[in-house]
Amino acid sequence: MVNGERKSVLAYPMARLLDVLREEMHLTGTKEGCGEGECGACAVLLNGAIVNSCLIPAVEADGTDIRTIEGIATGEQLHAVQSAFLECGGAQCGICTPGMVIAAVALLSRHAHPGDAEIREGLAGNLCRCTGYQKIFAAVVRACELNGETTPEKR
Amino acid sequence: MRAYIPAYELRIPGSLTEALALLAREPGVWQPFAGGTDLMVLLEAGKLSHKRFLNLSKLGDLQGIEVTSDSVIVGALTTYSEIQRHPLLQSEFPLLCAAARETGSIATQNRGTLGGNIANASPAADSPPALLVYDAEIELVSERGARWLRYQGFHTGYKKMQMASDELLRAIRLPRRAKSWKQYYRKVGTRKAQAISKVCLAGAALVEGGVIQDIRIALGSVAPIVLRAVKTENILRGTNITPPTIATAKDALTREITPIDDVRSTARYRLRVAQNLLEEFLLQLTK
Repeated sequence: MVNGERKSVLAYPMARLLDVLREEMHLTGTKEGCGEGECGACAVLLNGAIVNSCLIPAVEADGTDIRTIEGIATGEQLHAVQSAFLECGGAQCGICTPGMVIAAVALLSRHAHPGDAEIREGLAGNLCRCTGYQKIFAAVVRACELNGETTPEKR
Repeated sequence: MRAYIPAYELRIPGSLTEALALLAREPGVWQPFAGGTDLMVLLEAGKLSHKRFLNLSKLGDLQGIEVTSDSVIVGALTTYSEIQRHPLLQSEFPLLCAAARETGSIATQNRGTLGGNIANASPAADSPPALLVYDAEIELVSERGARWLRYQGFHTGYKKMQMASDELLRAIRLPRRAKSWKQYYRKVGTRKAQAISKVCLAGAALVEGGVIQDIRIALGSVAPIVLRAVKTENILRGTNITPPTIATAKDALTREITPIDDVRSTARYRLRVAQNLLEEFLLQLTK
């Protein structure tokens, strides 16, 4: 399953999930940065857990539930994390942004109200060369507030 | 140059029996593939010379954490994230949890496995110093049967280990110890997150009335293998922790480790930092 739809593609077993997503499924929102699991630009959710898609062989993605940046918004309705990134200026050149958003979504699914240390730890696997991170951290804090406004029952 | 992907085979056996049969039938042909966090990096860099891999992801026998009255048995495919989340590992084996938390990013921790960290045999691996301090044992299985051996001594040289080509690492056993042991783990890298270690030291000691009754010290990135500092331990056992003892121990440590210059650090820096970490650990024991 990719972004809620059942997909079937033919790929070599050792092909990187990153390449299958981008080249076979044309889901080019997932970016390639370092290609060695250091930068987080290719992060996706695999069965709900954040992974670097450059390190996943295609054959292991078979039968799993994958969510890429294209599946984070609900139709035209942005996810709170995406709205917060827009509002706080959390993106500049944009290459790290899809991975950052995925990491922030993964973080908020574990901690609805992360503290500064948890935000830093949650985003530690994602490198950004533009923003200096402060606006990204601010966006995560803002996303928690937005989440609080729309779903007050969430803690 | 990037790898030619069609040249690689990655087979996923559905059971341990099937996996062991394949390893026995064609020894050396199939190399185990666990979380892939190291192998996929080599692949992309065009440095993965081996071509046929056995993906272990469907082998339930290699998964899960089992707690008994005297030990904890951790399946080789247990991820760093699973280690950190386990309440008993958190309370009794904090050094292993610390190592898991400091290995790569959360995305890496969701994939990387304890067994992979051992069998990949890197001298800079983060969990082996903790495993040595905990007197871990490992279980190797093959069609010929299963055998347990002490983890200490498993690595015999750089990237060399006592494992036959038809064997798989199934589990890691950690003997449960009295809670009165004091424990220490510190990894020094270029940055706080995502770094490969320059030096890493894990230690545990039982101190009574100011005297070290028993002690374990292990270090990563200072020798061709992750190493237990047995001679330094012997010097410290039975002593009071005083400035002269600390100086003697630091001196002994320099003769026990053999750090080198490489891309991540220099021998001189590693030697000094290893001594400083030892001192920090010993001073912590006096508190």
